[in-house]
Amino acid sequence: MNMDINHIANLARLELTEAEKEKYQKQLGSILNYVNKLSQAKTDGIETSDGGTRDLENIWADDISNKMFSNKEQELIKQAPAVEKGQVKVKSVF
Amino acid sequence: MIKKLHEQLIKKQKSAVEITQEYLERAKKSDLNAFITLTEQQALAQAKLIDEKISAGEPISELAGIPCSIKDIILVKDIRATGGSKILDNYISSYDATLVAKLKEQGVVIIGKNNCDEFAMGSSNETSAYGSVKNPHNTELVPGGSSGGSAASVAENTSVFSIGTDTGGSIRQPSALCGVVGLKPTYGAVSRSGLMAMASSLDQAGVIGQSIEDVKIVFDIISGKDNLDATSITEEQENRETNKQIDFKKLKIGVPKEYFAYDFDPEIKSAVEDTINQAEKLGAKIVQVSLPHTEYALAVYYIIMPSEVSSNMARYDGIRYGMSEQSAKNLSDIYKKTRGQYFGDEVKRRILLGTYALSAGYYDAYYKKAQQVRTLIRQDFEQVFDKVDLLITPTTPHVAWKIGEKKDDPLSMYLEDIFTVPVNIAGLPGLSIPVGKTKSNLPIGAQLIGKWNDEELLFAVANHLTT
Repeated sequence: MNMDINHIANLARLELTEAEKEKYQKQLGSILNYVNKLSQAKTDGIETSDGGTRDLENIWADDISNKMFSNKEQELIKQAPAVEKGQVKVKSVF
Repeated sequence: MIKKLHEQLIKKQKSAVEITQEYLERAKKSDLNAFITLTEQQALAQAKLIDEKISAGEPISELAGIPCSIKDIILVKDIRATGGSKILDNYISSYDATLVAKLKEQGVVIIGKNNCDEFAMGSSNETSAYGSVKNPHNTELVPGGSSGGSAASVAENTSVFSIGTDTGGSIRQPSALCGVVGLKPTYGAVSRSGLMAMASSLDQAGVIGQSIEDVKIVFDIISGKDNLDATSITEEQENRETNKQIDFKKLKIGVPKEYFAYDFDPEIKSAVEDTINQAEKLGAKIVQVSLPHTEYALAVYYIIMPSEVSSNMARYDGIRYGMSEQSAKNLSDIYKKTRGQYFGDEVKRRILLGTYALSAGYYDAYYKKAQQVRTLIRQDFEQVFDKVDLLITPTTPHVAWKIGEKKDDPLSMYLEDIFTVPVNIAGLPGLSIPVGKTKSNLPIGAQLIGKWNDEELLFAVANHLTT
């Protein structure tokens, strides 16, 4: 498997140690080896399964708030690691 | 156990507070590490309310005052929920999962949150950031996973029943290894609102209990359509025929040859075959059937599941809740350092696997292919269910193994789910029942697989087959 572990770790927003990168590269290699047996399955013309539910059709909900967390915004915001003036604070992008 | 305790309550032989205290004491003394959090205060308060109702001569529901526990991946309002992970070490649930709200309506007593594999990823409860759980039948052995704490607490009766989750076997497998009853419902039968999502097209919350009767009582309460879960099934589920009476002489039970051809523990094989023979003696017709794509099921699972995991784990980013590596200098580093530091090994492995499978250039070969083979696996079951009413298989290829034995061999661990995974892929109900023990006194489970939405038949049949 030509897995570029650095690229994948970056996409996954995971900082890995060098030891971890080596370990995962190896382990994922053998797991991918196992799942590659799927290439033997004949799937020409077979539809993909979208998910778990039978005959699920798209439904529309009315654009009304269910008020589950009305007046509890601050309670939720307080859960954030960094809060200022009742707002979630984040580091700068650059 | 539920009916027995209910009887004690209404006959005033014991109070709800007394019963709750007994369960809490046992839970505190237990060395299985089956709980991450014990909710003593809230439990006693819940029990007190039930006692007040009883004193006032008010009727109480069947589940009122019954001590139960909830896997730590399911939210109970104002109670800590870690998901078995360090990244949520400090997280307090801001709402009840729908199934929890339903149980609370019945007046259950929640005594604590069960230990589990981190974010439900594991088959031995060894990936938990809060320590391994021990099997009550032999404390050197694993209880199974990921609902290992749930199965262990029910088996040692520090909890009458537990709500677990099952994505690839995480209710059924630990239930088998701990000698209790475990139900993974039809996909959509129980709302996923308030579950920490692992793989959204496979996850189902379900019941682990001490008897089939107990599991059914709880399932009947927690199941049902929920507007907060767009994948929950609809009126059909609510209109299903309950308390089915079955005539074994009209029953056709399928035995899928691919499952029995696999190399697994001969003591398990023997016990499951005895169960099948028992069904035959009761009058059922045993039919050899084939599910030809069974050999691909684990591969399908280990592409679809990590792919969905990689998406669901993105929310743990150190921004809105949970632990956060605030020493990071910029936004990207917050994500990378927080997740790198606070996610465990198995979680990272599966996120990486899923990210790879979904990445540009690989999507068609992996995820799309897996979803096509998923269709084939579903069709296998549909065709078989034209000929038979349910299937009987072993639940697991092995009984409980030593803690630490498979920890460094991910693939060997994944193979423990070989009999349970196809059921999640097809979205069908699966019930694991205890059917005996090995010579070394370890529990063996048999799995009943039903038609879509046919839990009732599984309960009815299982009632005649458990030891």
